[in-house]
Amino acid sequence: MANQDFPLIFERSKEGRTSYSLPDLDVPAYDIENELEEAYIRKNPAELPELSELDIMRHYTGLSNRNYGVDSGFYPLGSCTMKYNPKINEDVARLEGFSHVHPYQDPNTVQGAMEMLYDLQTALKEITGMHEISLQSAAGAHGEWTALMMIRAYHEANGDYARTKVIVPDSAHGTNPASAAVAGFEAVTVKSNENGLVDLEDLKRVVGPDTAALMLTNPNTLGLFETEILEMADIVHGAGGKLYYDGANLNAIMGYARPGDMGFDAVHLNLHKTFTGPHGGGGPGSGPVGVSEELVPFLPKPVIVHKDDKYMFDYDRPQSIGRVKPYYGNFAINLRAYTYIRTMGAEGLKKVSEYAVLNANYMMRKLEKAYDLPFQQHCKHEFVLSGRRQKKLGVRTLDIAKRLLDFGYHPPTIYFPLNVEESMMVEPTETESKETLDGFIDTMITIAKEVEDNPEVVQEAPHHTIVKRMDETTAARKPILRYEKA
Amino acid sequence: MEFRYLPMTETDKQEMLDAIGVTSTEDLFSDIPSEVRVNGALNLKKPKNEYQLKKELTEMANKNVNLKEYSSFLGAGVYDHFIPSVVDHVISRSEFYTAYTPYQPEISQGELQAIFEFQTMISELTGMPVSNSSMYDGGTSLAEAVNLSAAHTKKKKILLSKAVHPESRAVIESYAKGQGLEIFEIESVDGLTDFNQLEREIDGDIASVVIQYPNFFGQIEPLDKINNIIKGQKNVMFIVSSNPLALGFLTPPGEFGADIVVGDTQVFGIPAQFGGPHCGYFATTKKLMRKVPGRLVGQTKDENGVRGYVLTLQAREQHIRREKATSNICSNQALNALASSVAMSSIGKHGLVQMAKLNMQKARYAKERLEKENVEVVFQNPFFNEIVVKLNAPISTVNEHLLDKGIIGGYDLSTAYPELKNHMLVAVTEIRTKEEIDQFVKELGDING
Repeated sequence: MANQDFPLIFERSKEGRTSYSLPDLDVPAYDIENELEEAYIRKNPAELPELSELDIMRHYTGLSNRNYGVDSGFYPLGSCTMKYNPKINEDVARLEGFSHVHPYQDPNTVQGAMEMLYDLQTALKEITGMHEISLQSAAGAHGEWTALMMIRAYHEANGDYARTKVIVPDSAHGTNPASAAVAGFEAVTVKSNENGLVDLEDLKRVVGPDTAALMLTNPNTLGLFETEILEMADIVHGAGGKLYYDGANLNAIMGYARPGDMGFDAVHLNLHKTFTGPHGGGGPGSGPVGVSEELVPFLPKPVIVHKDDKYMFDYDRPQSIGRVKPYYGNFAINLRAYTYIRTMGAEGLKKVSEYAVLNANYMMRKLEKAYDLPFQQHCKHEFVLSGRRQKKLGVRTLDIAKRLLDFGYHPPTIYFPLNVEESMMVEPTETESKETLDGFIDTMITIAKEVEDNPEVVQEAPHHTIVKRMDETTAARKPILRYEKA
Repeated sequence: MEFRYLPMTETDKQEMLDAIGVTSTEDLFSDIPSEVRVNGALNLKKPKNEYQLKKELTEMANKNVNLKEYSSFLGAGVYDHFIPSVVDHVISRSEFYTAYTPYQPEISQGELQAIFEFQTMISELTGMPVSNSSMYDGGTSLAEAVNLSAAHTKKKKILLSKAVHPESRAVIESYAKGQGLEIFEIESVDGLTDFNQLEREIDGDIASVVIQYPNFFGQIEPLDKINNIIKGQKNVMFIVSSNPLALGFLTPPGEFGADIVVGDTQVFGIPAQFGGPHCGYFATTKKLMRKVPGRLVGQTKDENGVRGYVLTLQAREQHIRREKATSNICSNQALNALASSVAMSSIGKHGLVQMAKLNMQKARYAKERLEKENVEVVFQNPFFNEIVVKLNAPISTVNEHLLDKGIIGGYDLSTAYPELKNHMLVAVTEIRTKEEIDQFVKELGDING
């Protein structure tokens, strides 16, 4: 494939071309230019492009051809759960009775929408084992922050203002410490042990009367189940702290174990991961929050209640942390997740986790000879390899990732988690067939061989993409963040 | 029960178990302590086949009154606008909607370029040199702007106009608690931010002043006068929340000295969908470029000198900077930003001016007709596409009556402003016809007797 520049939509624009078809002016033309002070009337129109409708479609179709999604091919991006996005979800989200409903309509006129939300909350309560669910948060990080604000409100309601610290494992997602900081906490790190699990001795050392919460992913970001979870819960609860579950990895345990039963006080879920809301090129997502009974009074406003066969919004929540988002969360993403849960049921969701874990273990065992496997136990839905053997031969994990592009794959997550050198985090998901997994395994083994025999071909990859490696240094040093007319 | 998203066959399963060296998948879960294992099956509704489920969910959707079957005068931050057909065709391309964040630029040039174009369009509309790739929505984007102003100025006090969307103000309050900020609200007088109170309360301890333009009541705030007060102080930032459609006709906040401009692009190609997902935007000055929350796309070149795009200035972000990041945002609203880009491209340079003016003209027609029917329009400042009317009955009662006539009435202002009893915020967009407006006016006139 030849390297080629693709014109910006602004460069395709030509004065006088249109693709709009606006409603008619069927009322008198008011002289608004003379009604407003001159200073408030825009002098030059915003330079939006001018194209015909076909030219717009060609432009965006061209762009879509320069993009790669789950429907294009295998996407084993660890921690992101890039599973198939069912098409019925998309159809349901476009039903006019859902898509063209205004959040300020009288609740009597939106009972169907509210019923869906309530029913989804009920299902997520059962899946997580939590006492109550709020669907307000827009994404995972937003859910983390929401739950931490609730934990903060809980401690403060007990007159406990000394709990200023949130503990996060060294393997945690970057959003965990960032959310802690936005919620006004100081993030402190707890170390992992040689088995890739939280070091209980270190946890005992960092926990104390200043601990607000421990944030934990289980299985953790190495794809390993924190087997000592009950001991950890005891340590944190014993010190008066709360246990927070980052639901990024829930795809591993549905129907097998529930955060509520493990002692977690608050959880967030990523409906765009586990529950098939598409990732959309980076969003929108949805990050519902589940809480234990103690935290219920602090839920964000409003809360949906079901009384006398009617769904209502309850705003009368004196201890609530307030609003975290306008309106009622990312409704259309919640709707997609609901459609998925109704498609799968309890039996289907358990199979999802069973096969996600089976697929990951199969790949891990097939790849452990070609790459270093830092942790030997069975993994859950994902596993982490290290490219340190390849690094000694002068090939970095980044090079291996770029080489995978030549074979038509999206690479695994790389350089995360931070506690494994040259890490590659592979999450196949349950929606991939054995043939797809085998194809990827063969390719990874081929690349490992190339690293030994012909490292340049890997170091200089990708060779077959529409652009080669980008100059990211210049991009950051001299940022160009918008198009300027020549 | 067969599951169409799960390709595993019995043969596959056996081969894979053999390769792993275990006898059943249960062995792979043996590390989960038995105390926390789920006994039996989860209690969920039985799975449904595709046809039956679609039927059931269609029935559920049909229980809702929708904006396409009724004529709606409801706005208050979420608007029923014309959506060009091309929008859904583009965002339905699964190379876009089934992709993750474009961390691998070589196979994500499509998404990256589309976002770069979005950033350019937002920059054009707002008159600000820098725009990010999107935020959750207008409300949280505004709260992030407030947080940024406090971090940048190293001050804790915020002056927040009460003519800013009530739910955005509530979100700001929630975020402010996390950062220990003090929010002081400025009352509104005759539908505009109280200029005198603002002048009295502003001093060098203020981190930022937050104004909405057009404001929640549809009125056009005098940004030049407000900016003059702000610039009379040292190191006070000017934050403006703005409906980007209005900026097709109005002078952009960037030309009035705004430091941060935020808002929601729901008006461009995104249906109301019961409040979300919509799409926040965040635009600012070059000076603040390295403190912007969220993702930024930058133009660069590949090894062969071919132009391309990458996520850039990532040192600001949580996955690099962790607890020192400028924000915790990770997922954003990329697909909705794409929808808005397509809508903005389709409406185009001249179409946007025309669309903004259509809104203003139809709203003026509604105002003139209402006043002729002796319905009081309470604020008389320059306005965009919303007006406030005072009626003789509670708005909830009025709206029940209107619903019977096939009309979704306006927003009941008393829910957020107790002093505005019987006041309705009426939105008139370009898709309302003269006949619909006439009928709405007639019904309100009748109610007012």
